[in-house]
Amino acid sequence: MMRPLITSFFLLLLTSLYAKEIQLCKSCKVKTLSEAVSSASPHDIIRVKKGIYPTVGVEITKPLSLIGEEGAVLDAEGGAEIITIHSDSVEISGLTLRNVATSYIKDWAAISTDRVKYCKIQNNKIENSFFGVYFRKSSNCEISNNVIIGEAVKEMSSGNAIQLWYCDSMLIENNIVRKHRDGIYFEFVKNSIIRDNYSEGNVRYGLHFMFSDRNRYLANTFENNGSGVAVMYGKEIEMDNNTFINNWGPASFGLLLKEITDGKITSNKFKKNTTGIFGEGASRMIIKNNRFESNGWAMKVLSSCVDNVVSDNDFVSNSFSVFTNSPRNYNEFKRNYWSEYNGYDLDHDGFGDIPHRPVSLFTYIVEQCEPTLLLMRSNFIGLLELAEKAAPSLTPENLVDKQPRMKPLW
Amino acid sequence: MLSVFKYCLFDLLRSRWSIVYTLFYLLSSASLLYFSNSATNAVASLMNIVLFITPLVSLLLGVIYFYQNRDFAELLLAQPIRRSQYFYGNYFGLSLSLVINLLVGFGLPMLFIGNGLQILQELSIVLLAGVMLTLIFSALALLITLRNENRVLGFGYAIVVWLFFAVIYDGLFLILLLWFNDYPLEKFAMIGTVLNPMDLSRVMILLKLDLSALMGFTGASFRQFFGSTAGFFVSLSSALIWITLPLYLLIRKGNTKDF
Repeated sequence: MMRPLITSFFLLLLTSLYAKEIQLCKSCKVKTLSEAVSSASPHDIIRVKKGIYPTVGVEITKPLSLIGEEGAVLDAEGGAEIITIHSDSVEISGLTLRNVATSYIKDWAAISTDRVKYCKIQNNKIENSFFGVYFRKSSNCEISNNVIIGEAVKEMSSGNAIQLWYCDSMLIENNIVRKHRDGIYFEFVKNSIIRDNYSEGNVRYGLHFMFSDRNRYLANTFENNGSGVAVMYGKEIEMDNNTFINNWGPASFGLLLKEITDGKITSNKFKKNTTGIFGEGASRMIIKNNRFESNGWAMKVLSSCVDNVVSDNDFVSNSFSVFTNSPRNYNEFKRNYWSEYNGYDLDHDGFGDIPHRPVSLFTYIVEQCEPTLLLMRSNFIGLLELAEKAAPSLTPENLVDKQPRMKPLW
Repeated sequence: MLSVFKYCLFDLLRSRWSIVYTLFYLLSSASLLYFSNSATNAVASLMNIVLFITPLVSLLLGVIYFYQNRDFAELLLAQPIRRSQYFYGNYFGLSLSLVINLLVGFGLPMLFIGNGLQILQELSIVLLAGVMLTLIFSALALLITLRNENRVLGFGYAIVVWLFFAVIYDGLFLILLLWFNDYPLEKFAMIGTVLNPMDLSRVMILLKLDLSALMGFTGASFRQFFGSTAGFFVSLSSALIWITLPLYLLIRKGNTKDF
């Protein structure tokens, strides 16, 4: 008597564990996403077949998996938000979402969340949308392998590709973000990782942190953005192994540091930026093992920056190595390689015997009067520079690398 | 004119000075390209050498040569030959021989070593600047010798002219720029650059070397101007004026000078 009861109980359990799959296509019983979502029970799979589905304002309130097959497109057709997630453990993958309208009142996104956990947004394509993916007050979610391409022209009328607001422990990995306002934007986000993303051609910043502490971003590439990365008002942010390239413009930087402390900038590559690193109110930063190559200014360190340690970096063929606007210096420069250094190394320990002053007089002149840029590399400037090197009057006397490397590290 | 030109050219090409000049370029450019740790640095150093040395050598060699040939000039001018033809022949002989020196001394290392470093384009602009400066400053050299019978004075003028274009001009330019800092200076800065052939060549090379730094606000406007076709023609015509104006003055002076 007991045994069949137990068996049937387990069978019942199995069937309830085994998720139902709902097919969504033009000729199926279920023709729209909102129908599919309302008819689904928790942990069901909704499989979206090939086709274009006009979709606006779908609210997901139970844990579901949305899987798009190739050519499955959810088109907002210039309408509001496509999918809003209100439940934990929702997975969305393989879909193409597009044409979410620009709004000046609400931040409409292709996919947004509100107070959720353990969600995954993977392998999606988001085109021409105001915001791409927008997470609010969520945690432990993953955004990976997505391609998000906008059509932003102006800062005012465009949104961010990936935006996180009050989030915790998130992973953003392997996405391609293009032509939005910010590629990736963090506001009040903690303990999150940004890895292997490619951010290009965004109007404002490739990656933007505001009031976000203890985050790490690794092995990303930021190319041709208004500015590469802006890290503002935060602490303990780790920046490792990223590439900042071709961020050009009058107010354009590879990496902008503003009011941040205790960060680590290691093993990054800065190439062909107007300014490699721009620091304002950055303190106790460790800048180590980076390579600065062919930038206009490798580093601009304003007088508000203190207790930073710049060591073991390569400065190669930059028009100007370091600029500071103060006659004093509270940062430490040591063991860097400077390609313009022309001292000697008699004891063969790999470090030059004469200290190197990376701040040139000419940067001061240019800062005061920019048209003098036309005199760069002129012989007269060379003479001035020589005189200044012999007896520093304008350049900070103690901004000096006492152990300049003879050979580059990289 | 052709025979004067030919005589002058071969006379100069055979001279010791010309060989020393060629060797100097050959050695300095080859070693710089070979040993420099970065291609940009090599181009920058070569640019400085070319902008510094080419005008100086053109002026000094020109002055030396014409003072040496003073007696020969009198002899020739006694023959039925037009004065302008004599001067043109001399000018083209001098400048072409210097250009050949430059082409051999700078061009060969550029082709063989620079090509491998993939900076051929930058180097060819340096070479072009060198050729332009040679044409301009050998005309100035001729003008100086013709206007000054006194050799010491002639040499003095040559050095002053060189010093002016190489260093003093930039100093004055800088002072003016800083002085009028409160005014919009972009146009003035561009005009000031175009007027000095040495500055002009330097900026042309700069546009290749320091693009990133020039992407600032003012820098971008310079780049826009010098990179555009209009900018190119303005620069070209400035160079042409610098060649033709001394030549014109030279011929005028030569035609009326009492030898």
